[in-house]
Amino acid sequence: MSKASVYSSPGFDFSNLVRNNFLHEKGLPLPKATSTGTTIVGCVYKDGIVLGADTRATEGDIVADKNCEKIHYITESIRCCGAGTAADTEFTTALISSNMELHTLQSGRKPRVVTAMTMLKQMLFRYQGHVGAALVLGGVDATGPHLFTIHPHGSTDKLPYVTMGSGSLAAMAVFESGWQPNMDRDQALNLVKAAIAAGIFNDLGSGSNVDACVITASSTEMLRNVEMPNVRVQKERDYKFRRGTTAWKKEEVRSLITEESVTLLTGGDEMDTS
Amino acid sequence: MSIMDHNGGSVIAMVGKDCVAIAADMRLGNQALGISSNFQRVFPVTDRIFVGLPGLASDVATLHERFRYRVNMYTIKEGREIEPETFAHLVSSTLYEHRFGPYFIEPVMAGISKTPTGKTKPFIAATDLIGCLNFAKDFVVAGTASTKLYGVAEGLWEPDLEPEDLFETISQTMLNAVDRDAFSGWGAVVHVITKDKVITRALKGRMD
Repeated sequence: MSKASVYSSPGFDFSNLVRNNFLHEKGLPLPKATSTGTTIVGCVYKDGIVLGADTRATEGDIVADKNCEKIHYITESIRCCGAGTAADTEFTTALISSNMELHTLQSGRKPRVVTAMTMLKQMLFRYQGHVGAALVLGGVDATGPHLFTIHPHGSTDKLPYVTMGSGSLAAMAVFESGWQPNMDRDQALNLVKAAIAAGIFNDLGSGSNVDACVITASSTEMLRNVEMPNVRVQKERDYKFRRGTTAWKKEEVRSLITEESVTLLTGGDEMDTS
Repeated sequence: MSIMDHNGGSVIAMVGKDCVAIAADMRLGNQALGISSNFQRVFPVTDRIFVGLPGLASDVATLHERFRYRVNMYTIKEGREIEPETFAHLVSSTLYEHRFGPYFIEPVMAGISKTPTGKTKPFIAATDLIGCLNFAKDFVVAGTASTKLYGVAEGLWEPDLEPEDLFETISQTMLNAVDRDAFSGWGAVVHVITKDKVITRALKGRMD
């Protein structure tokens, strides 16, 4: 169905469904979307919340992105880690972030973590699990620090320490042996780093670097690539080719405009009323 | 066989020193039967942005027209040319709108973007078929030969290649990767984009 209007309506567009289902019936399987196999964690400590995530994005068996960002911005003091279908986590968190800003402007109050949690769970339940986003939502608001997990079907849990994703078991093992209430910042950050590292090294769907985020009542600190335990070694050889190696049949060079200057012409443009 | 393999085709984009390059093969097939060795799947969006659309050929045509429409509307409303990062998000949104009935394309974008200080910066990005963006610093690949392209590019790419060296590296990556893929090949085209010109070359490759 093509739209006559210039403005496209918000929300999902289902116009390809008939065609895609037909192709599927003919025996052509739907291609795999990018998944963040993932290890994501969150834990409450004395002054607030520490969130952690790995940085690998997979497309089936292949690593599509070696350094993606899985800790998404919701508001200044609220962040959300996302596991599952990468496009879903990206767009769902962006939508709720936008709605949280509007809500803040309308209510005149500092945003609360439960508000974001409710918006997320109600949306995910509405789509009955088809939006594959498994989230760890954490932040500090006027009522204190809060940490939630949200599953793709819309269920939520409120806990002092959580893990999600394919590496959640490896990370939870670290948490269960190391977590204590009222840890200080360094203890909490080291625990989170160890939990993510457990996921990176033991789970095939997680890998590359550790991202962390420390949220307190007064500040939020994004620690992008706080640990990089998988840096590639320097290549021993240079693989540049001799210029002229590749044979080509046709060449076309298009020069682009790099500078434009406007010269105003004086006279000649005025209306002549003589 | 997956829908993405029906027509075949692959695209790669690489970052160099103040330049980017995007390359694609030219094969259009109907499963095993090759139909055209002159199928264009890389299109200019603006003077400095190119988009490659590997996947189902009819969606290549549809998406090309959809993006052309949306970029034109953007240019009219904003009164200026679209920047590469913005275009990448435009592609991502367009694909995510069709989350539950996707287009069978995995777009690859390459361009030169302007920094706030006025200097230029090379830019590449790719998305999966539902719009998950991947902003890589080195190279992005998509299509039936993507696994081979990953392997060869991982071996041959190095940072800060000059335009002529980047051309050689991306060409050799493309030619050798598609030679190991039955559904890609039948010629290749490379565009090297610098801040003041675009060099387009049609490569001589194996036609089997």
